[in-house]
Amino acid sequence: MGKLSGLQRAVLSLYRQCIRALRDKPNDTRENFRLFVREEFRKHINVDRKDFSTIEYLLRRGHRQLDIYQDPGIRNILR
Amino acid sequence: MATTRALARLATRRTAVRPAVFTRSFASVDPISKAAEATVPDPARKAIPKSRTSTVKDPEPAKAAKIKTFHIYRWNPDEPTSKPRMQTYTLDLNKTGPMMLDALIRIKNETDPTLTFRRSCREGICGSCAMNIDGVNTLACLCRIPTDTAKESRIYPLPHMFIVKDLVPDMTLFYKQYRSIKPYLQRATPPPDGREYRQSIAERKKLDGLYECILCACCSTSCPSYWWNQEEYLGPAVLLQSYRWIADSRDEKKAERQDALNNSMSVYRCHTILNCSRTCPKGLNPALAIAEIKKSMSFM
Repeated sequence: MGKLSGLQRAVLSLYRQCIRALRDKPNDTRENFRLFVREEFRKHINVDRKDFSTIEYLLRRGHRQLDIYQDPGIRNILR
Repeated sequence: MATTRALARLATRRTAVRPAVFTRSFASVDPISKAAEATVPDPARKAIPKSRTSTVKDPEPAKAAKIKTFHIYRWNPDEPTSKPRMQTYTLDLNKTGPMMLDALIRIKNETDPTLTFRRSCREGICGSCAMNIDGVNTLACLCRIPTDTAKESRIYPLPHMFIVKDLVPDMTLFYKQYRSIKPYLQRATPPPDGREYRQSIAERKKLDGLYECILCACCSTSCPSYWWNQEEYLGPAVLLQSYRWIADSRDEKKAERQDALNNSMSVYRCHTILNCSRTCPKGLNPALAIAEIKKSMSFM
């Protein structure tokens, strides 16, 4: 992988934050959260990398979702 | 003759109904609905001939249809790759209420249920329906539809806000800023008489023009300073509220409140552009409040 743009780094950092947030989840449901994170990112894998406004919107939404799901009250996630 | 007969019938019916009205078995039993049940006409009763009754007609279309065009900002977050677009709707103003919100509600009810906007009180006290109408931030429920049908109305969400959907802006940051000024009474000492925190009439008068703010964010989003420095500058609406607590004679944390504002960004990004006072749909003057904050801080 070559040099990453700022936006690409922002996306990777969000993904990293999400994966790190898994640590606070209970052992038996952590896998569900991991699958959820991966699927949320995969859903938008086809977004054009020049489509900045869309990527920025998805980043904002991602951060908001991370904030919500980080709550220790949320112990499991099912699709 | 007809009237006496009608009166007699009414009288008999009322007596028949009376027991139902005055029975009180359970609190949940609604005497009105019971009365309504009792007045269902029995099939044996003779119908009144048409010549003796009045007819309620559909209101005559007095004037020709007044067709007005509305261009409304649309954006659907479910298709994040699609770009925002303007959608055009036409309404007959004769069948629409006088306010922009009536038009929006009618479009949503009759034409396009996917149109999304916030609304609640429809009388300008909740601040939900703040949007940019014909280039001015205002409450849709307080904004009359211009009757000039030659001109087309354009409706956008509040400018420079992230959009949740269509006309719904993301107010998270705005509310976060509001929380940061601690909009509640801060006191360490109990009231002297052990009952209430009392105020003189003159002290109360200082809060007039401040407490009426409904936090619709019309002023903040009309301020160019707020557009460019949303993260740091608090914006007129929040500063007005901040001053409301600084000016309150019952609050004991005035110095702390002023300290929190004493930096180059929170207040001093206000360059007295006065868009806030010009746009406020409640007729308040946030610029004056900001000026008062600046004044009180320079003589601290």
